[in-house]
Amino acid sequence: MIPAAFDYVAPRSLPEAVADLVKHGSEAKVLAGGHSLIPLMKLRLSTPSFLVDIGRIQDLSYIREADSHIALGALTTHHEIEFSELVKARLPLLQQAAAQIGDAQVRNRGTIGGAAAHADPNGDFPTCLLALDAELIAVGPRGERSIKAQDFFVDTFTSALEPAEILREIRIPRPPSASSGTYLKFSRRSQDWAIVAVAAQVSLREGRVERVAIGLTGMGPRPLRAAAAERALTGKAVAPDALREASAQAADGTQPPEDLNGSPEYRRHLAAVLTRRALEAITGSK
Amino acid sequence: MAVSQMIGASIKRREDPQLVTGSGRFVDDLPQNAVLHLHVVRSSEPHARILAIDTIRAKEADGVVAIFTGKELREEFQAPLPVTVTFVPEKAYPEQYPIATDKVHYVGEPVALVVALSRAAAQDAAERIEVRYQALPAVTDVEKAIQKDAPVIHESLGSNLSYDVKRAGGDIEAAFKEAEVTISQRLQQQRLIPIAIETRGVVADYKPFANSLTLWSSTQIPHFVKVWLAVILGIPESQVRVIAPDVGGGFGSKIRVFPEEVLTALASRRLGRPVKWIEDREENMRATHHGRSQIWDVEIAAKRDGTVLGLRLTQWLDLGAYCSQFGTFMSLGLLVAPGPYRLAAIDGRLVGVFTNRTPTDAYRGAGRPEATYVIERVMDLVAQETGMDPADVRRRNLVTGAEQPYTSLFGFTFDSGDYVAGLERALQVAGYDDLRRRQSEARKQGRYLGIGLASYLEICGLGPAAPTQANTGVSLWGMGVVRLHFTGKATAITGSSPHGQGHETTFAQVVSAVLGIPVADVDVVHGDTGIGPMGMNTYGSRSTALDASAVHISATRVREKARKIAAHLLEAAEDDVVYEDGKAFVKGSPAKSVTIQELAMAAFQTNRLPAGMEGGLEATTFFDPTNFVWPFGTHVAVVEVDPETGKVSIERYVALDDCGTRINPMVVDGQIHGGIAQGIGQALFEEGVYGEDGQLRTGTLVDYLVPSAADLPFFQLEETITPSPVNPLGAKGIGEAGTIASTAALMNAVVDALQPFGVKDVPMPASPAKLWQLMHRNGGRKG
Repeated sequence: MIPAAFDYVAPRSLPEAVADLVKHGSEAKVLAGGHSLIPLMKLRLSTPSFLVDIGRIQDLSYIREADSHIALGALTTHHEIEFSELVKARLPLLQQAAAQIGDAQVRNRGTIGGAAAHADPNGDFPTCLLALDAELIAVGPRGERSIKAQDFFVDTFTSALEPAEILREIRIPRPPSASSGTYLKFSRRSQDWAIVAVAAQVSLREGRVERVAIGLTGMGPRPLRAAAAERALTGKAVAPDALREASAQAADGTQPPEDLNGSPEYRRHLAAVLTRRALEAITGSK
Repeated sequence: MAVSQMIGASIKRREDPQLVTGSGRFVDDLPQNAVLHLHVVRSSEPHARILAIDTIRAKEADGVVAIFTGKELREEFQAPLPVTVTFVPEKAYPEQYPIATDKVHYVGEPVALVVALSRAAAQDAAERIEVRYQALPAVTDVEKAIQKDAPVIHESLGSNLSYDVKRAGGDIEAAFKEAEVTISQRLQQQRLIPIAIETRGVVADYKPFANSLTLWSSTQIPHFVKVWLAVILGIPESQVRVIAPDVGGGFGSKIRVFPEEVLTALASRRLGRPVKWIEDREENMRATHHGRSQIWDVEIAAKRDGTVLGLRLTQWLDLGAYCSQFGTFMSLGLLVAPGPYRLAAIDGRLVGVFTNRTPTDAYRGAGRPEATYVIERVMDLVAQETGMDPADVRRRNLVTGAEQPYTSLFGFTFDSGDYVAGLERALQVAGYDDLRRRQSEARKQGRYLGIGLASYLEICGLGPAAPTQANTGVSLWGMGVVRLHFTGKATAITGSSPHGQGHETTFAQVVSAVLGIPVADVDVVHGDTGIGPMGMNTYGSRSTALDASAVHISATRVREKARKIAAHLLEAAEDDVVYEDGKAFVKGSPAKSVTIQELAMAAFQTNRLPAGMEGGLEATTFFDPTNFVWPFGTHVAVVEVDPETGKVSIERYVALDDCGTRINPMVVDGQIHGGIAQGIGQALFEEGVYGEDGQLRTGTLVDYLVPSAADLPFFQLEETITPSPVNPLGAKGIGEAGTIASTAALMNAVVDALQPFGVKDVPMPASPAKLWQLMHRNGGRKG
C-alpha cells in the first residue's frame, strides 16, 4: 500500500496552483486534506504523476456570513464546520452532516472543498450542497466561474470542474428565518459512509410548507433530489399524513445500487423512512 | 500496598507508557543496517495453473536486488509447512510449501519474491512481473466443493474432502426415542478476518559463515517458529534464534509458522544480507489466515420440561485452500459442545473441506465460540419451542455445584465452579424479570426489545501435556525461570509470548508477591528463544494458568532456598525461619531479620552459604497441570431492533465471568472488554465475503466492518471467583471468554427481539438489511 511514484508541488497562491495544473494536464491532481485521494493512491487505484498541494495557500479556510449567502472557503475542515456557531445556527443540516463524517482524524484533515470536488455519491457534503442550492466558485486558467450544485455533481467521482480548475469557495444561500434542516445518515458503523442519508431543509409560512429540499445520499451515481416528494409536500399544511405521503415518494425515479450493505429495494425503503423521520424532526409533527 | 498483596492488585500495565507514546518496538521499528526489503507477489487468481512468470522487466527496475520464483526456491525447502493432528488424525491434506510452483489455490498465495533497496522500489518492480495463468474453475462453497463434479483443488487427494468422521458419546437413539420435542436448525459461522492492529512482519538476518539465523517476527509462537525454521531450512536448531519483539495483537492470526517467515529467511540466506518483510493491510486481509467459516447442522432431542436429551451435530469446516498448522483445531468445538450442561448424548460428524479461499486457522476462541454458539442457540430454540423462559431452560440443564467435578460425555472433567450461581447472579444484576416485563410492554407499542443469555464453559489453559499430546500432537506445559541477581533484582523468563496480554505486569506481580520485592525490581523476559529454555508460546488462554504458574513455582523454589540461607546466617533451625514481605527472621523475632537483597548477595558468596550448598538463586520449572482450566460465566445482552430499518441498538450488556484468581483485575477487565467487542463484531458486523469468482469482496476495512468503541455499549462487568484446583495460582484463562460468550448472547437477543415476526434464527452478521427482510417477509409481524 505504497503509492506509485509522483512529483509534488505546494504553490503559495491560486494562480500558481492553476498554472501548475495547466502545465501538467491530466497527469496532475489537486491535493487538499488528502483523506479521499491518498487512500486511493495507496491502493494504486489512482496513480497521478503530479500532486498540486493547495494546503499552503492562504485564506482558503473561512466561514463568513454575507448579505445573501454564507461563504465557506474550500479548505475549511469538517471539524471547523462541525464546531462553527454560525453554521450551527444558520445551517444545522450542514453542521450535523459534518459531525457524522468519518472519525475525528478525518474531520480534522478533510475539507469541504475536497469532499465536493471528489464527488463521491456516498459522500455527505455533496448531498447537503445539493439540498441547500449551493453555488461552487471555481478558479481556472480563464478566470473564475460559479457552478450551481445541481450542475456540479455529474457522475460517480466526477464533478463539473475542468482539469485545471480549483474549487475556491462554496456559497450557500441564507435560508429564511422560518427554515430549518437536518441530516439523517444511516450506516452500520458510526464511522462508515452512508448506506443512505437524507438532507432535508424545510421553510414554513403560516403552517404550510413554502419550500422543501430533500437531498439523497447513496441512491445513485451522484447526489440526488427527491423531486417527487418535494413536489408532494410543497404548499401543504404540516401534518403527519402529509409528511408520510410525501416521504413515501422519496425514492421515486431513483436506481440505487446493490452492494454488501443492501439491495436497491432496501435502499429505496430507507430513503422513505429517513425522509419521513427528517421531516418529522424538522417540523416537530409526528 | 504491601508486595505480598500484589496478587489481586489492579496496578497499571507497565507496558503502556511505552506503547501509548509511540515508543514501542515492533518488527518494523527495529534498527537494522543495510536491510533489504521483500515484497511478496501474490496470486490474483483463486485457482489456476502458472504457465509462466516473466521477471525480466522487473529485474531491470530501479533498486531491485533479486527476484525469486517458487520454482527457483523449491529445492531449498527440506520439509513442507507443519500441520498438526489437532483432533482429526484421519484427515487427508496436501503438503503446503511457502510459495507456489505450478498451481495457485487461493487469491493471496505467494508466487514470486522481489527484494529491493526500499519497500517502494520492491512494490514498483512487482508491478512489472507478469504471471501468466491458466484459470481453473474455483470452488468457494463447502457443500458444492464435495459434489461429484466439483473441480478438484489438489489433484493428489482426488477430491476436496479432507475428512468425514464420527465423534459420538452416549446413546443418541435413546435420546431421540425419549424426546417430546425435536428441532432441526442450520447455524452459520461466517468467515472472519482477524485484523490484528499490527500486521505481520519479519526481519531475517542470516550469517553465512556461522550458518546462523536470527529472525524477528510478529508472532505468537517464536519457540515453534525456531524449530520449524531449523527443520524446513536445514539449519541446526542451535543456530536459529527467533525473537518476538513488541507484537501488536494476534487473536490466533499469528499462531502458525508463516510462509513469509520461511521466505524472508530464505531471501536473507540467498543474499547474505538482512531482509525485512512488512505486510500491508491489503495483503493482511487476503494472506493472513481467516477464522470460523463453518456450518453446523443441529438436531435437538428435548423434553417439554426443557431437558435437552441429545444432539445430532454436523460441523462443516471450510479449511480454505490448504490445511493450516492448527487448521482442524476448531473440531474441538464438537467435543465441548455440551458446554456447562448435562447432556446425555451427542452423535457428531466432522467434515473438513478444501475451497479456493484463504486457509482458515485459529481465531480468538477457536472452536469454543462456535460450540457455545451452538449450545446457547439450542437452549433458546428449546425455549421457543416449549414456550419456556430461556433462563428456566438453562436452569433445567446446567451442571450444579453439587455435581462437581463433573465429567462430560466426551470424558472431560470440569475443574470447579457453580454455574447455576453464576447464571442467577447475572440475571439478578441485569434485572432479568423486569427486562422481560419491559419487553412485553414495548411489544404492545411496536418496539422490539430482545434479551439474550449465554452461559458458557470454556476449556483452556492448554496443556496438560498428556491430553494435548494425544489430541493436538504437541505436549504443552508451562515454563518459567526465576533468577535473582546479586543485588536482589529479579528476572523472570516465561515460555509464553505475549502480544498485548500484559505479562510484563502480571508475571512481575506474581514474582513480587512470592519474593516480597517491588514489581519494579522484576524484569519479565519473553519471546526470545535465545534466552531461557523452550516455551510453549501464547494461545488458548494458557499463559496465566501455565506459564505464570511455572513462574510462581520457580519463585517459590527461590524463596525456599533463600530461607535456607537465612537459617544459616541467623544460626537458626530451618523450620524456625519464616519469610514475609522480603525478609527472613526467626519466628517471633522480626526485629532481627535478613532481607532478600542480602540473601541474594549471600547466595553468591561462598563464606556465607551453608556448607555444601550450590551457589546462586535461580530455578527453572516446567509445569504440567493435572487438568485444563474451565472458566465460566453468563453474559446478558439487551438489544432493540428498529422495525423500520432493521438496525440493532445494544441497550445493555452485563458480563459475569469466573476466571478463578485474578492476578490483576484491571488487566482481566481489559481482556473481557476486548473479547466482548470482538464477539459483537462477529454477531453484528464482520463477514469475509467471497464472490463466486473466488475474489475477496471485503478486502479493505471499508468493507470488512470491525466495530469501534463508538459502536459498542458500556460493558457492566461482574464476577464470581472460584479458584481452579489445578494450578498453584488458582487462575483460569480470560483471554477468550469475552468472545466466546458475547456472540451467542448478542444473537440470542437479536432472535429474541424478532420473535413476534416468527423468526427462529438469524444468520450472522445481523445486518440491518437482513433483519429488515426477515421482519417483513410474509407480511411482517405474526403475533
